[in-house]
Amino acid sequence: MRQHARLLGLLLLVLALIGYLGPDARAAERAQLFASFATENFNEIDNAVSALAASGDEKAQTLLSALADRRLFYSPAGKQIVLKDESGKSFDALTGAALAAFPGGLKPVRINNRVRATIDAALGSLTLMAADPAKRREAAETEFKSRNATSLGTIETALAKETDPTVKRAMQEARAALVISKTDATQEERLDAVKTIRERGDQDALSLLRSVGTDAPTAVKSAADAASAAVESRLALWAIVQNAWYGLSLGSVLLLAAIGLAVTFGVMGVINMAHGEMVMLGAYTSFAIQEAMRGRGSSNIGLALALAIPAAFLVSGMAGIVIERCVIRFLYGRPLETLLATFGISLILQQAVRSGFGPTNREVDTPAFMSGAFELGGMQITLNRLAIMVFAVAVFVALQLVLRFTSFGLRTRAVTQNRRMASSMGIRTNAIDALTFGLGSGIAGLAGVALSQIDNVSPNLGQGYIIDSFLVVVFGGVGNLWGTVIGALSIGMANKFLEPFAGAVLGKIVLLVFIILFIQKRPRGLFALKGRAVEA
Amino acid sequence: MSEAKRFGFVGPVGAGFLALLLVSAVAVPAANLMAPSGSALHVSTATMALAGKYLSYALLAVGLDLVWGYCGILSLGHGAFFALGGYAMGMYLMRQIGSRGVYGNPLLPDFMVFLNWTKLPWYWSGFDRLAFAAMMVVLVPGALAFVFGWFAFRSRVTGVYLSIITQAMTYALQLAFFRNDMGFGGNNGMTDFKDILGFPVQGDATRAALFSITCVALGCGYLTCRAITSSTLGKVLIAVRDAESRLRFLGYRVENYKLFVFTVSACLAGIAGALYVPQVGIINPSEFAPANSIEMVIWVAVGGRGTLVGAALGAVLVNFAKTVFTSGPLAEYWLFALGSLFVLVTLFLPKGVLGTFIALARTGAPAISSEALSPRVVAAVEETSIPSR
Repeated sequence: MRQHARLLGLLLLVLALIGYLGPDARAAERAQLFASFATENFNEIDNAVSALAASGDEKAQTLLSALADRRLFYSPAGKQIVLKDESGKSFDALTGAALAAFPGGLKPVRINNRVRATIDAALGSLTLMAADPAKRREAAETEFKSRNATSLGTIETALAKETDPTVKRAMQEARAALVISKTDATQEERLDAVKTIRERGDQDALSLLRSVGTDAPTAVKSAADAASAAVESRLALWAIVQNAWYGLSLGSVLLLAAIGLAVTFGVMGVINMAHGEMVMLGAYTSFAIQEAMRGRGSSNIGLALALAIPAAFLVSGMAGIVIERCVIRFLYGRPLETLLATFGISLILQQAVRSGFGPTNREVDTPAFMSGAFELGGMQITLNRLAIMVFAVAVFVALQLVLRFTSFGLRTRAVTQNRRMASSMGIRTNAIDALTFGLGSGIAGLAGVALSQIDNVSPNLGQGYIIDSFLVVVFGGVGNLWGTVIGALSIGMANKFLEPFAGAVLGKIVLLVFIILFIQKRPRGLFALKGRAVEA
Repeated sequence: MSEAKRFGFVGPVGAGFLALLLVSAVAVPAANLMAPSGSALHVSTATMALAGKYLSYALLAVGLDLVWGYCGILSLGHGAFFALGGYAMGMYLMRQIGSRGVYGNPLLPDFMVFLNWTKLPWYWSGFDRLAFAAMMVVLVPGALAFVFGWFAFRSRVTGVYLSIITQAMTYALQLAFFRNDMGFGGNNGMTDFKDILGFPVQGDATRAALFSITCVALGCGYLTCRAITSSTLGKVLIAVRDAESRLRFLGYRVENYKLFVFTVSACLAGIAGALYVPQVGIINPSEFAPANSIEMVIWVAVGGRGTLVGAALGAVLVNFAKTVFTSGPLAEYWLFALGSLFVLVTLFLPKGVLGTFIALARTGAPAISSEALSPRVVAAVEETSIPSR
């Protein structure tokens, strides 16, 4: 009987708190609320937790987390509630005044699993009233997903107070998620809830709408069905957009890996099987720079990455020039031998890196501005992928500018078009060969910096990209950088659109077979060079 | 000339090679089976199996030399034909296990039971007979090479483009064979073989027989290739290598010649794979790896392309070196050694070991005997030997 009375009292208290009470009355109610923890009875503690949570008291969160950690104490005599903070200092819970010493004769407030569950739920809904809007929004999302019917009251309280429009929206959705299957809600309320969920329109919304049972009123059920159909088609549309995004992302990675190859293979007619290892060298350069900076006590990852870009270009570029001067220049006009020799170089480089850095994967950290993701409509965009896309475009534009507007670019184009004539005009073709090879390799190094952000940095890094890169260049057409762009993007897109139907491996096989057949049809690629240059 | 007459179309080097093979085919098994294990003459079964493995690689290399050394087609996908032949043999050996597998299913190999399959896929039927399997060993790689080559050569995909698409082909096959639902054992491939024609695969006598058969197969493969290259057809092949456009202008259907040797070479690779599998005891998708196929090319380059015997020699030498390196403390340096081999051979030894040896013996004559070339082809060779830059 006493317990019922207390429960009734608590309910009254909640109602009273929602309405306006004079300061004195409120203080008294608050004292009573706090005092209700001073008991041995789990039921009473449980009720007290719910009541405190519903009250929206500013201390509620501190008190409840203290309770969960068994840092809440009470004196059986004086009904005083004392809490200890994490460092062990004690406070009077009601006034918040620090206590000089931990009072004697206190007992901890007991909790069991049921109370703990109530505390967890209460803490969740309390975050709905946190000061930080981001936290409130997160809490609303959690409520939306957990669909705990008891938090409806809290959500409504929070909703009434909410001013931030995005948080408000999230809370409305959380409320709708509860109302939609609430049997005692009016039909209008439930239809309204269906509308809110429909506007949300994601996978969670879909499963929520599908969960509306046949026991719901016909109007609600049919509205839910219509809404889920609408959400489904919206999701299907977004899935296509998302796939296109993944395709673009893969395409830009392929472009980065292949564009250097397009320079050496396309412009110079040299097969560089060690191209993948140039990419790997770039990735290891960014790893080495990050480690070196960490060794000097700096942890500015963004700066390390920024330094890695020119460093990787130089390291891979120099490696390329050395390879050209020492091996490839003796093999011009013998493309098949070049292929074999550069494959040998790739084996040597792989083993050298394996011996130097160890065979395991190395971690290159991602700077803060590149980690994370954001949502655009119904699709998720990861920032590192976005950054790589931007980087790929920048590299491509820079390369085009170099080839078009610099003296080096002019000479390169001249040598490509007519080596003998260029030589007669006084261009040192040997030097141009070396520099062009260095340029192609340097770009591979840049690709390595980008790949270090999304892939494992291991000695086999380059192997994973070399066949794809060759196919991109061959597909796009040799000697045509724009063809490489089209090739990379179409292969990336095709790969990602085949994946959902055929699975990753089968999709890849289909793509390889397609490219093999395509080369039969157009042996010189999508955008073939025309005229005499072809036969040379 | 008298030399050439004495040894027929095979030539002195070829005759020596065949004699060596014949002697090994008899002597090595004899030394294994008859000499007591303590004696100096004894050859252990493991050594013989290793040698058998090298010789099956040598057969593959001879076939590869036929297309690359004589016809100028650099295939980076011969590992695929080799592995297909190996898989055909592996399927026969799997069916021979019968109910002795872990799951004891009389019809299905263990991996199918593991995948909860209830009946044998249609493409596994017939593989319980060695004759059928042997037919498939030749037909499957041959058919793939024929179809692939028919498309590629007809559309005049040449040079590095062809190399790249052959590489893409073996890569695609590797990915395909990795899939469990292909029905070829997925990642793990096929292993734990028991019998071949009722003889235990691991038995000394079986091993010895397999070794002899491999020697004979290598000899026959060599004779086939040698017969092709020393005929008029062989002269056309060399012309294809050296001046394809010119030959086409002269009215030759270049693609037919290429298709023929490519298919023959793939069949030889398939046979090599089939001999390799029972001696090594396993076949899995890593045999399709593109890097493997490139490694095969370097065997030919080391031995000397366009010599056939050199290709076999190169395969044995490189693989022997690989065994020595990777089984000792030098394991870490194997890739350095192999990589350097690629670079040094292409730069300093373009004719390979045997090619250089022959050239030295003839004091400056080209690696491929010039008397084999008709005047027309010689002219073409001279024309194109001006650096194309």
